[in-house]
Amino acid sequence: MLPVIRHPVERFTLPNGLRVVLTPDPSAPVVGVAVVYDVGIRSEPQGRTGFAHLFEHLMFQGSTNLEKLAHFRHVQGSGGTFNGSTHFDYTDYYESLPANALERALFLEADRMRGPRLTEENLRNQVDVVKEEIRVNVLNRPYGGFPWLKLPPVMFDTYPNAHDGYGSFEDLESATVDDAADFFDKYYAVDNAVLAVAGDFTVETARALVERHFSDVPARRAPQRPDFAEPDLTSERRESYVDRLAPLPAVASAWRVPNPITDLEGYLPFVVLAEVLTDGDASRLVERLVLRDRAVTSVGGYIGFMGEPFAVRDPTAMLLQAHLPPGGDVDKVLRTIDEENARIASDGLAPGELARTQARMATHLLRDTDSVLGRALQMAVLEVQRGAPELLAELPRLLSEVTEEQVTAAAATLVPERRATVEVIAEGGNN
Amino acid sequence: MSITTLPDLGPVRELTLPSTVERTLANGLTVMAIRRSSVPLFELRLRVPFARADLAQSAVLTQTLFSGTADRTTVDIAAALQSVGGGLSAGADPDRLLVSGNALVTGLDELLGLLAEVLTGATYPDEEVSTERSRLADRIRVANSQPSHLARKALLRRIYGEHPYALQTPEADAVLAVESAGLNELHAARVQPAGGTLVLVGDLDPEEAIAAAERALAGWTGDGKEVDLPAVPEIGPGPLTLVDRPGSVQSSLRMALGAVPRTHPDHALLQLANLIFGGYFSSRWVENIREDKGYTYGPHSMIEHSVAGSTVTVAAEVATEVTAPALLETVYELGRLATVPPGEDELTQARQYALGTLQLGLSTQAGLAGLASTYAGFGLRLDYLATHAARLAAATVDDVARVAAEYLAPSRAATVVLGDAAVVEKSLGTLMPVTRVQP
Repeated sequence: MLPVIRHPVERFTLPNGLRVVLTPDPSAPVVGVAVVYDVGIRSEPQGRTGFAHLFEHLMFQGSTNLEKLAHFRHVQGSGGTFNGSTHFDYTDYYESLPANALERALFLEADRMRGPRLTEENLRNQVDVVKEEIRVNVLNRPYGGFPWLKLPPVMFDTYPNAHDGYGSFEDLESATVDDAADFFDKYYAVDNAVLAVAGDFTVETARALVERHFSDVPARRAPQRPDFAEPDLTSERRESYVDRLAPLPAVASAWRVPNPITDLEGYLPFVVLAEVLTDGDASRLVERLVLRDRAVTSVGGYIGFMGEPFAVRDPTAMLLQAHLPPGGDVDKVLRTIDEENARIASDGLAPGELARTQARMATHLLRDTDSVLGRALQMAVLEVQRGAPELLAELPRLLSEVTEEQVTAAAATLVPERRATVEVIAEGGNN
Repeated sequence: MSITTLPDLGPVRELTLPSTVERTLANGLTVMAIRRSSVPLFELRLRVPFARADLAQSAVLTQTLFSGTADRTTVDIAAALQSVGGGLSAGADPDRLLVSGNALVTGLDELLGLLAEVLTGATYPDEEVSTERSRLADRIRVANSQPSHLARKALLRRIYGEHPYALQTPEADAVLAVESAGLNELHAARVQPAGGTLVLVGDLDPEEAIAAAERALAGWTGDGKEVDLPAVPEIGPGPLTLVDRPGSVQSSLRMALGAVPRTHPDHALLQLANLIFGGYFSSRWVENIREDKGYTYGPHSMIEHSVAGSTVTVAAEVATEVTAPALLETVYELGRLATVPPGEDELTQARQYALGTLQLGLSTQAGLAGLASTYAGFGLRLDYLATHAARLAAATVDDVARVAAEYLAPSRAATVVLGDAAVVEKSLGTLMPVTRVQP
């Protein structure tokens, strides 16, 4: 039997449309506060690649009652930490703090939900900062953006799904204060947001504080989220690019998976399959490609281009990626992956293979909920995308109920004709 | 009526430290167990002193410790771990070998049994050693194309000179020469219980967990030998070391200053001074070079503790064209704190952050296990945090000014820049003498 952990979950919606999730846990004197907005990379305007992320930076540059730098100082000066991050389908803002700073965090989030201070000076400053972020993470290092920025344009045809979510320098530099104001008005409406709080408080106290700080944030209606659907691939797609810093060849392939939100039952077997293929030395692809054939130096598999299976909407994909030894043969690696998938599809799994994979997945899931912030963030996203924060506690069980037949059926869909592949040509040979 | 001003903090709660049960086994291994029942898991950290162990052999050993025993193959071990939701991995640094793991709490005995099996019977099979050393060599090739890794290597060479800490990661050719026989010798000589510490944290009864560890690990015996490291040399300032990386679109700026160990009475004060300078986002340096000037994304300054000495390390990746201006601001902010006392508000804010993040660090199984294990490696226990918190609470502006002058003075810093030398050398030379070296 898989263990479960159940923290009580209280949900309610304020009259202005703000959805709230409270999950008390008195076991440590700390709280996690997360605000998630239902907007991400896929919603940024044409000609404004990277804008959702740039805007996330602007949400830290002062707000209705707070000067620039005040947010950082108030969180850290209360003993807490903070950050924000931009994903394909959502943007999150969060703090971890000692429990006695809960009200402060709520005040800070409510204040910027009323509106950030958008100034030309702050915009230009943050464009510079974001450019340095892109240089650190993409341009000045090997495998920068591989495969999360490199594979979507191979797999997808429409701008929302295919474009560079970090943004081109040209687009970032063209961004204006008016663009930011429009983006806020459109997507940062109260009814497009979820507030989740986890940690050491009582529901009554926290609810009163939430009402106190958020009730009079003016209600605004967010636009209906567009359908970003694209048809599945019917023939193989493959591209390559030169990385002048990378010393080893690398390859990543993706296959579309069922809609994570509307077809959870059809989707879960792929989440399990990714682990059957790549989790640890006893997994199919590690055993075959790394240990037996020595055809790759590492291999990984996961769902969604950012690897968060329960925080992504359709269309998304299952990814397999590998780094090869110098001079490695990418075609051979792809053929072997096809062979192993076909073997699962035709021969099924070995005795115990599924159960042990599910046991390790349960540990990973539980471990990700051990911190109050991890819990708040995941519940906020589950509320935004599914209206079901309590799903967090159900996931180990739901994954344990995936059957061998479902996993083998999932493996049977990973055929070359549905595959999008991007290959890194390594031109960074050193020693 | 909307709230327009910052709410007060609620009543401060005293730092509550988890109770630790500790026992030293007959084989010399110290076992500590802490109950934290937040999730039905446990975390394991085994720390074994490893000073002066051969770098390349240590690195391959960490990758092959779980590659086979008399009774099981790599895949057998991995499958057995998975079946209890478990995982184990090993890493080494110039002070210690560290085995880290976690599992469903129902798998405690199984995980400890597997750990004991490899500790007493890892065989380092030729085939697996050959595979893993090649993979490691590949990873080293990748690391050597990462500017942050190259900058760190250059900084360590610069500040540690002849000390064993000067070289902390092996090169690919050395790793490729490692053989099974050498690994077996290293294991026999150094992977020993005496002087080691095992930390178990999770949804467990501490006494029972220690008893389980004793049952599993009683057969792990042998004579450990104590290997000492000399104290680290004093950091010599001298010219800026410029490492050429042609075509680099950023420069990796690094500075190092001598610091004090955790037990030193000045440590809490230095922590506060470092925070005020650049140790957290709301610091002078970050507000200056990121939020005012936009030179960089993630600058950070931290105190790093090793067994043989402690260091303040200042690090930022800055746009190539602003390399010298970024260094100028860094020297300025160090110098300003070393010469002018900080404000009371700056001290209060840094103190709150230090105390608050301490509580956050204790609030997860992994956080507790990591901290308990790290502290044990320095002969400390978690109750030392109470002493540390009291020192943080008592610090005054004058205290912080004194330690800033003593430890954060830019005249004491060693400076390394990795970047496109053809572009940045001349302007860096306007600030301080520059010595150019090859990577």
